[in-house]
Parts: sequence; structure tokens; C-alpha cells
Amino acid sequence: MSEETKKNSEYLVEVHDLKEYFPVKTGFFKTTPLKAVDGVSFNIKAGETLGLVGESGCGKTTVGRTLLHLYKPTGGEFYFNGELVTDNNIHALRKQMQMVFQDPYSSLNPRMTVEDIIGEPLDIHHLYKTKAERHDRVLELMELVGLNAEHATRYAHEFSGGQRQRIGIARALAVNPKFIVCDEPVSALDVSIQAQVINMFEELQEKLGVAYLFIAHDLLVVHHISKRIAVMYLGKLVEIADADELNDHPIHPYTLSLLSAVPIPDPKMARASKRIVLEGDVPSPLHMPTGCPFRTRCRYATEQCAKEMPPLTDRGDNHMVACWNK
Amino acid sequence: MSIDNVEEKVLENETDAVLSVRNLHTSFFTDSGEVQAVNGVSFNLPKGKILGVVGESGSGKSVTAYSIMQILASTGRVTEGEILYKGENILKYSKKQMESFRGDKCSIIFQDPMTSLNPTFTVGWQLREALQLHTQYKTKKAANARAVELLKMVGVNEPESRIKQYPFELSGGMRQRVMIAMALACEPDILIADEPTTALDVTIQAQILELMKDLQKKLGMAIIMVTHDLGVIASMCDEIIVMYGGRVCERGTADDIFYRPCHEYTKGLLRSIPNVNNMKEKLVPIGGTPINMLAMPKGCAFCPRCENALKICLTEKPEELEMPDGHYAACWLNVKKAYDEEHGEVNANV
Repeated sequence: MSEETKKNSEYLVEVHDLKEYFPVKTGFFKTTPLKAVDGVSFNIKAGETLGLVGESGCGKTTVGRTLLHLYKPTGGEFYFNGELVTDNNIHALRKQMQMVFQDPYSSLNPRMTVEDIIGEPLDIHHLYKTKAERHDRVLELMELVGLNAEHATRYAHEFSGGQRQRIGIARALAVNPKFIVCDEPVSALDVSIQAQVINMFEELQEKLGVAYLFIAHDLLVVHHISKRIAVMYLGKLVEIADADELNDHPIHPYTLSLLSAVPIPDPKMARASKRIVLEGDVPSPLHMPTGCPFRTRCRYATEQCAKEMPPLTDRGDNHMVACWNK
Repeated sequence: MSIDNVEEKVLENETDAVLSVRNLHTSFFTDSGEVQAVNGVSFNLPKGKILGVVGESGSGKSVTAYSIMQILASTGRVTEGEILYKGENILKYSKKQMESFRGDKCSIIFQDPMTSLNPTFTVGWQLREALQLHTQYKTKKAANARAVELLKMVGVNEPESRIKQYPFELSGGMRQRVMIAMALACEPDILIADEPTTALDVTIQAQILELMKDLQKKLGMAIIMVTHDLGVIASMCDEIIVMYGGRVCERGTADDIFYRPCHEYTKGLLRSIPNVNNMKEKLVPIGGTPINMLAMPKGCAFCPRCENALKICLTEKPEELEMPDGHYAACWLNVKKAYDEEHGEVNANV
């Protein structure tokens, strides 16, 4: 695809073959690359949500961080709004891309007031002329995420987990981004508070038209919030489809067992459902199996799986699966 | 119905209960005052059943479990109530008796298998410790053989080489299996599982839950499953207790709780998770913030977050009322509804 066609792309976010390898010392003089993300491609339209699921260590958080160049990508291309993201323009582009972190306790500076936390992106990107303008914008943002204006002078430790996450979201929204990477934004919260934050994400999307990359391990929550869902296993995408389609007709054996492992909060359905219990553990990403990374736990694995990683192929209706046998 | 009737019911069921907790109060005495973490909790654990205790952080669910095991932090103390194991009040046990109760009759597995195993000893050493202390396997050789057997039972592959490994060499799921093996070493009557799968991935969680179900059937022990995950509760438990602010707000079978919830908190909790039959349905969150244990409301603990609260909820703690068939809920709204049905609609606010 040439540079020109990219400019008129229908997608806000286009990721091609993203790679992120971390060097790990495995001996005195030896380092081995740990392939945290190995050739991941996906697209997100403006105002849409892509859910990214997988187990711990599968590289989903690394995908989010690499997109924003919090880690320098090892390879691959990321086009944002048709523009290739590089080290040179990432600073300016962060005005349009932001991130909400998992832990609302460690992602807010304990020495800063809420006003300064939310105002910091405004300072960095010079988005105001007068102090009063900055103050007004901060209050506007606080109202947007349901925080009281009188909380502006308080410090982060004075808030509960749910309120802190709201502060984190207000900070991400400060620059009016078009795209937010949400890295497990609700997993540290209590169930009753989770719903408040999830609803807020949905309302903000309706109001402001932001697109989300919603990274989480809770499949029910991801299914609820996402238009499309991508499933990762050991640094590779194994399946990507519309949320309902993926849930109703999963194809990849890993997706199948992942979905069947989710405890369903409905006793009758739970009694009726049959779990496909996977044997063994996820292999270490340092000693990745050859070919398809899932083959060591897969019932359908054949010789071909050991030789070559299956490519993502379209099985109709934009339902992409990477599997030789299914 | 008053609390006496509930207690009568508790007494009635006591015969087939391995453990019954009656009116348990546990407090922590901190610098900023007394924190009443558990505030009058009663329940029966029937033999060979799985009892689910569900609640948010600060609901007192873990403290209830720790009170049974008598492993509270140094500032914590059971201030009132009884914990009866086969009719004996274990709170009256001497230190020695308690030591044999722990492990022998009742064991616990914790949320985080990394911090609950000792990193400086091998898995085999830690398993042997429990075996040599509590069972007939007194020699090292016998204990070792039994340890291998136990590991095999919980699905650890190559148990002979695993017992020589240290906890850090094992994955999270494997560590939790070792914890379960340790807990089962003395074939206890009761197993308390405090968020046993929260730290694990879904596929590993499924493995561990299946394992616990299998073992429970095979060994016939009773399990108290403490968790905040409604999915885990729905798929595992025969009976459920819903806790909020140190009190039981609703109890019943899994079907009672999920299909006929009678407490405003339970209803709110179920509305705030995605509906499995209609994933795109909007979530209805519970407003407000989780309870502050240092400033407990005078009346119903859930009252500040309850949309339908009555005047009486502010000042009086509700007692448990039997909805039909052993399904209880502690909510003034049910009292009002019952009263209205009997006497005709009376102008609101009792």
C-alpha cells in the first residue's frame, strides 16, 4: 500500500506487523530477544472500540504502550489518521492519542493536586493562554468525568479507587484526543464501581467520538464495551472479529477455550455450559514454540503447526483467524 | 420475622452442619478507633457443600474467614459470638487445641500463592512440614511419598521432581495447586478458599475451579468460597451469602440470589455486571463509593448508596426476613412490602 492510499484510509488507527522485542540476559555474554509482541496488525475506525484480550504475559499491555511509543517499537508501522507515527512526530501526536492506566494508585503523582494532574497535559502541549483559561478547562474536564469542582485542590490519596480512575480519565481527555489506549482501566476496581467507570467510557465515546483500544482480561466487560475484539496469545493475534460474532462463533481453538473458561454469572447457564479445560501452562516467551505458539496446548495441532505460523485469514464478515486446522 | 427466628432456623440446621457461625463480631482496634469489620454474621456450613461468600472489598468476607481460622492480625479480635465446629465452640479452644484444629479439621488457601508459600524452602519441605506435624506420616520418607501422592492428586505433573523445586520455579497455577495440596494434606472437613483464583488467568482459573469441585466430590469436604467474582460463585456454589459492611444482607441458594434477589445491594450488584443474555444492555451502576469502615452508618450499611431507602433505614439496622424457603434478606423494603400486603398500602415511610 502506498503512502497516498493511507492518507484516505477509512481507519483512524492502522497497525501493521507491530513488533516489540525486549533483550533479556540469558547468560554472561548472551542476550535473547523476548518477543513480547510479534507481528500484530489491526485497524480501528474513529469513534469505535477494539477490545484486546488475552492472558497475562500475552503482550496486550505491550501493544498499547508500544503504540504510544512508551516503548520504542522494534518493527512494524503504525498509521494514525493516515500519518506514519515515528519518534519525531510522536510528541505532537500525543495531543491526539492518550492512555489510561490500570492502577489508579500508582499512575497519579501523590505530590500534585488534582488540578495540576489534569492540567499537566495542557501545560505540555501549551493549550491555554492564561491561568484562568487553564483553570476553567480543568473544571470543565472534572465535570465531564463526574468529579466535584471543589475537589480540584485535593491530592490523589484523598480519593477512592473509582474517583482516582476518573482523574486519570480526565487527564487523558485534557488534550481532546481522538484515540485512547485503556490498559485494564477497571480491573483494580470493585464490581459496583466498575460499572460506573464503564458507563462513563461509553458516554464519553458518544459525546466526544473518541476511539478506544480497550485492553482487559475480563471477557464479559470487553464484550460489553467493544465493537470488535482481538484475541492475543504469546505475542501474536490469533483471532479478531465483531464482538457478538466472536462470542457466538469462535473459531480458533484458543478463543474457544478462553471463552468457555469464563465463569458465567448465571447459575443455570453455568450448570449447562461445558468447560474446555486447557492442559498445562502458557509456555515461556523466551522459549517460544516454533510455528504456532498455541500448538503445545492445542488438541488439533499437526505437523504443519510446528513448522509455520498460520496467517490471519478472513473467514467471512471480517472474521479473521490464524489457524491451519480450523 | 425477627432475629430469634433466624437463630432458631440456624439451630434446626445445626445437626447437618460441620461449622456454624453465630452472631460473629470481629473488630480491629486501630489508632483511629475501633473498626467493626464483622458485625453479627451467622451461617451454617452444611457437610459436603460449597458455601459462597460474596462481597466487595471491606465487606468483611475475608475477616469472617480469618476469624474461623483464628489468624487475625494482632489488632483484631473476635468480640462476640460463637463458632461451633461439630457443636464445640472453637473460640474457647486453647492454643494447642486450635493448632490441631487448623490444618487437621480446617484449612485455608489464600489469594496470592506466591506470598503464601515460603520462598526459602522447597515445595517438598513445606508439604512435609504439614504432614509430619498433623498426620501419621512422621518419617521423612513416608511424608515425601505422601507429598508426591498429594501433588499427583491436584494435577501437578512430574511430582517427584517438583518437590525438590522452590516456589519461584513454579507458575501461578502450579503454586496454587501446591497450596491446595498442602491444605488437603490432613484431609480436613472444611476448606476455606479466600479468593483462590483472583490472581490467576481465566484458563488457569477454570483448571483450579474444576479441580476444587472434583476434590470436593471425591473427599466430601465442605468448602467456604470467599470471592468477589459473581461468575465464580454462580458456577461453584450450592448456597450463597452476600455481605456488605460486615453484615449478611442476603442468603439463599444460587438460584435465589441470581434469579430472585431480594436485597437492594444484591439487585444492584447483578445489574452492574454485563447481562450474559444481552451483552449490549447498558449497565446500571450502584452510585456512591464503597463503605468507609471507620464511619459506619447507624442504620443499614447500604443505606447511603440505596436508591429506595426509607427513613427507617437511616436509623435502624434491618433484621433478616425469610423470603420463602430458606432465602433470607435483611432489607426494610421487604418488611414494608410484607406489611403493606397484610394491611393494605400505608402511606410510605414506616
